[in-house]
Amino acid sequence: MSGEFKIKAVNLTRKFDRRTIFENVNFEINSGSAIAITGKNGSGKSTLIKIISNLLSQSSGSIDLYENNNKVKRENIFRYIGFVSPYLNLYDEFSGFENLKLISNIRGEGHNNIDLVLQKVGLYQRRNDLLKIYSSGMKQRLKIAFAILHNPQILLMDEPTSNLDHDGVSIVDNITDEYKINKIVIIATNDEHERSLCSSDINLNDSSNQKINGE
Amino acid sequence: MFKQAWAICKKDLNSEIRTRYAVNSLLMFIIVVISVIRFSLGEEKITSEMNAGLLWIIIFFSTSNGLSRVFVSEEERGTSLVLKLTACSQSVILGKLIFNTILTFIINFLIIFLYIIITGLEIKNTGLFSLIVTLGNLGLSSVLTIIAALISKANSKATLYPVLAFPLLLPLLLAAISATTLTIDGAPFGSISGEVQMIVSFTIVVVTASFLLFEFVWND
Ligand SMILES: Nc1ncnc2c1ncn2[C@@H]1O[C@H](COP(=O)(O)OP(=O)(O)OP(=O)(O)O)[C@@H](O)[C@H]1O
Ligand SMILES: [Mg+2]
Repeated sequence: MSGEFKIKAVNLTRKFDRRTIFENVNFEINSGSAIAITGKNGSGKSTLIKIISNLLSQSSGSIDLYENNNKVKRENIFRYIGFVSPYLNLYDEFSGFENLKLISNIRGEGHNNIDLVLQKVGLYQRRNDLLKIYSSGMKQRLKIAFAILHNPQILLMDEPTSNLDHDGVSIVDNITDEYKINKIVIIATNDEHERSLCSSDINLNDSSNQKINGE
Repeated sequence: MFKQAWAICKKDLNSEIRTRYAVNSLLMFIIVVISVIRFSLGEEKITSEMNAGLLWIIIFFSTSNGLSRVFVSEEERGTSLVLKLTACSQSVILGKLIFNTILTFIINFLIIFLYIIITGLEIKNTGLFSLIVTLGNLGLSSVLTIIAALISKANSKATLYPVLAFPLLLPLLLAAISATTLTIDGAPFGSISGEVQMIVSFTIVVVTASFLLFEFVWND
């Protein structure tokens, strides 16, 4: 599953009830780039990242994912995506290993990657402990492992380094560096360091349109 | 899709084995209710209609307690995103449906087993009785699964569940009660074929509707 991917948003607008969160956002992101979504608290960064991953729908405008210029059906987008978010929780009653195992069972892929990603995020030693007793930083690391388990073409991360220590931050750095070579990385963040990993920004503060192109 | 659905179901089964959310509280409920019935009846013999009615009332309340958890617990714990990011909506509803059906069968097997032991109920036509219970279970779990999906995003889930489930299940329950009465009395298949048809078609309609509807419930 490789090829050229492109995410294209045209006049993307999202409202909750009557409140407009953002309006007429335009961007185009291509494989081989890392983009930061920035903006102050409540400007809609998390909302936008959920819309990109099809967990939420837009109020108007369009957003599409293209694989080699063919539009990917919306209900299939999840197959291409790795997603890290504070809104997502893994299963407390299972161990780190069991979580990744059941996820790869459901997805039907990634079985052979489990040990590798556990090592990558530094949880291999603790893989058999229940999530219930993980620290918040360990949970965050496991979320990252969950996101990269199936080698997605698009990695979406909402505040990926929150709760992470120094080593944890460099894990995110390494993954971002690895993915942005020929895949798409999008990070929703206010953190200077996370922002520095990306080559350009989508800023949601000025609701005037931006056009970003990560070529 | 079946493999994915089965993986989701297996996850729920393992989770239930670990946490025993549903099973523990249900077991108590079932034992208490059946014992109360036994004590209040004393030595009185009750009619087959009464027996069938009581049985299905217990079944209704136990299952409508236990089955709501499938979606509610994912939603409350914030794990529903994991499913949304790993499986298509059809696999999710199928997996949950299979899990709930297995749970319904376990619950109802326990209920009927305990009911027969505690009240000394005699069933004349066991084969047909089992058939009706089996079909009734399928109908019950399919209705309760889609309702669980519908209410998982609402605020007062615990109250909404039986309130919504009861009217939807009424036709099924009435048919099941009447057929159960007849099988307790030992009626042949011919006399309950109408009810069987009713229950089967009801289930097919509900399952079909669930698959069509679920996508819209699942993706907000
Ligand atoms: N389900 C919802 N219903 C109503 N309003 C919502 C909902 N989700 C988010 N909002 C609103 O949308 C706006 C944007 O929220 P969002 O979480 O996207 O902000 P953010 O940019 O990620 O903020 P932060 O920097 O704090 O993470 C907020 O005003 C929030 O109140
Ligand atoms: Mg946010």
